[in-house]
Amino acid sequence: MLAFFIRRVIYAVIAMWAVSVIAFVIINLPAGDFVTTYIATQLATGNLVLEDEAESLRDFYGLNDPVYVQYSKWITRILQGNLGFSFEFNAPVRTVLEMNLTNTLLLGAFTVVFIWVVAIPIGIYSAVKQYSPGDYIATFFGFLGLGVPDFLIGLVMLWLILDTTGFLATGLYSHEFRNAPWSFGKAWDLAKHMILPVAILGTAGTAALIRVMRANLLDELKKPYVTTARAKGLTEWQLIMKYPVRYALNPVISMTAYILPFIISGSVILSFVLDLPTIGRDFLRALTAQDIYLSGAVILFSGWLTIIGTFVSDLLLAWVDPRIRLEED
Amino acid sequence: MTTETRQPTAPLDSGFRRNDVAAPLDSRVRGNDVASARNDDMSGGNDVASARNDVASSGNGESPVAGDAILSVRGLETQFFTDEGVVRAVDGVDFDVLPGTTMGIVGESGCGKSITAKSILQIVEAPGRITNGEINYNPSGDAGSATDLLSLGANSDAMRSIRGGEISMIFQEPMTSFSGLHTFGNQIDETLRLHTNLSKQERFDLGVDWLARVGIPNPTQRMHEYPFRFSGGQLQRAMIAMAMCTNPRVLIADEPTTALDVTTQAQILDLLQRMQEENDMAILFITHDLGVISEIADDVTVMYLGKVVETGPVFSFFDEPKHPYSKALLTSIPSMFTSSRERLPSISGSIPHPQNRPMGCAFHPRCQSFMAGTCDVGEPELQSVNEEQEVSCFLYEGQ
Repeated sequence: MLAFFIRRVIYAVIAMWAVSVIAFVIINLPAGDFVTTYIATQLATGNLVLEDEAESLRDFYGLNDPVYVQYSKWITRILQGNLGFSFEFNAPVRTVLEMNLTNTLLLGAFTVVFIWVVAIPIGIYSAVKQYSPGDYIATFFGFLGLGVPDFLIGLVMLWLILDTTGFLATGLYSHEFRNAPWSFGKAWDLAKHMILPVAILGTAGTAALIRVMRANLLDELKKPYVTTARAKGLTEWQLIMKYPVRYALNPVISMTAYILPFIISGSVILSFVLDLPTIGRDFLRALTAQDIYLSGAVILFSGWLTIIGTFVSDLLLAWVDPRIRLEED
Repeated sequence: MTTETRQPTAPLDSGFRRNDVAAPLDSRVRGNDVASARNDDMSGGNDVASARNDVASSGNGESPVAGDAILSVRGLETQFFTDEGVVRAVDGVDFDVLPGTTMGIVGESGCGKSITAKSILQIVEAPGRITNGEINYNPSGDAGSATDLLSLGANSDAMRSIRGGEISMIFQEPMTSFSGLHTFGNQIDETLRLHTNLSKQERFDLGVDWLARVGIPNPTQRMHEYPFRFSGGQLQRAMIAMAMCTNPRVLIADEPTTALDVTTQAQILDLLQRMQEENDMAILFITHDLGVISEIADDVTVMYLGKVVETGPVFSFFDEPKHPYSKALLTSIPSMFTSSRERLPSISGSIPHPQNRPMGCAFHPRCQSFMAGTCDVGEPELQSVNEEQEVSCFLYEGQ
């Protein structure tokens, strides 16, 4: 188990380094450097930047150094918590990200829970009662959820809820709580606002997971160990929950690794539609404004989140599956 | 085979065949109720043999009137309702398993052997369904006290307490028949929890005890290990331990040696025989391997395309097979005396798809003794041809 753990940590660190190189390359892809951008923005507001000043800025940020020196300076700064400056928000990138980090993580966590709670039981039911009316209904809504884009569901639901209850389900906080300190009222308000975005963000994931769970379980139900369990005298539900469902959960766990970065990058449009204060929304603004430090940071962190998610799901898999845990002893 | 013919002949019959026909085929001990006279001609005549005879003769006192089958299958039909149509996988099967003896069921792949076994425990997977028949289970041996298992619901408490408790089953592929995510101890504990009232510690101790009895070293440590740490042979031993730990009266063994190498096969067969002797248990042994049948079975039932074509004592089957299919099977076994360049006889053709069952006798397109106008018209019935054997073939009609 320890060997397994150490090996995974090493893999994760290597992958994180590779992602950081890619993020750095992306940041440096646009023609010119950020000083050029800075001069342009200053010009737009009527300020002239002198050639000397530009040169000293380049020196300060090390833009005249060789690429590998630039990279090591950049990554050192990032590891020290200095993510650069966002021109679009006119604030350090770190401050911009911190504003919406809690919201994003909360939304992500609830979406994961939502997907699991909804998809796993439905997937089990669909597999065990294959070709039953319930299975067809689940399959139908599953494909519907996969096929219809998030923002469309969002708009329709927003209108339906507003029309029937008069509740405007946009944002994550009502106006009076937006800058208020945490309280029971604020948490309740947040919960009310969370339901719609969580359900919509979770739709595609839920639909995909139902299909995965159903397909896995259908495979597992035919395995000889199920017959063995049946021949022991277990009831059908006892044996299904103990054996094949355990097996079928493995891919579900590995899938979860990808949900967190999806919440950032996959929720961009929905965040605009529902006015959700998430990093995804900041990301789109940064991209359209060529705000390279902010977008670079988001790219870097979604990459790192994927790696961390994979690492965590590897540990979870090792925890539930002794074959993985013990193979390297 | 019908009860009427079976019952009067059985006592004589079993005594007769075991003492008389033994020598060439049978080099092994076999648990049974009338074995006493047998030590003399036993090739081994060893400890196991005498131990077995002790068990057997002590069992003899209490054992039911011989001939009262512990498990009696009558007219069993199991069909699969697929999109392409109904597959009659088991199509009217009759046989009896006598207490303490081994009934071997042989046949090619796809002839319905395994489905028959699963039907007895009512664990046939959808879209399969038992559509007809009786499975009379009579553990006490008293006449008239049999229970028709099919009258119990497949998921009823009564059926589930028999399944794995009184009638256990072991399977073909030990490597995939355990859950790889649970320790062996967990899996045997489950069986004991379902069928006994023992405490957790008692169940654990019993599990250790059974692992030791099936010959697995370090049983206490093995209880905490996962199945992938066991070899194939060890897993089959462990499966036998898991099936035996509730002291079942009948063990259904569905090709338990097929996935194992020959040396391990022999060990597993020895183990099963020892278990049978120690526990006075009947075995329903399913295989396509006639060599294995000659080792372990007392009686043989030959199946072809979901039907019984021949049934009788194992020695009669090897000495004087009656059905052309049985004869063909026996001639296609390689023998030590076959010269090296000789082609092995094989049965022409292959098993038809169950949905294209031939008219008349299902075997007629492959049969050496095919009689036009008879075999392709009517279906033969299973009937006695002598005191011991029953055959379903027009060659013996009217005898």
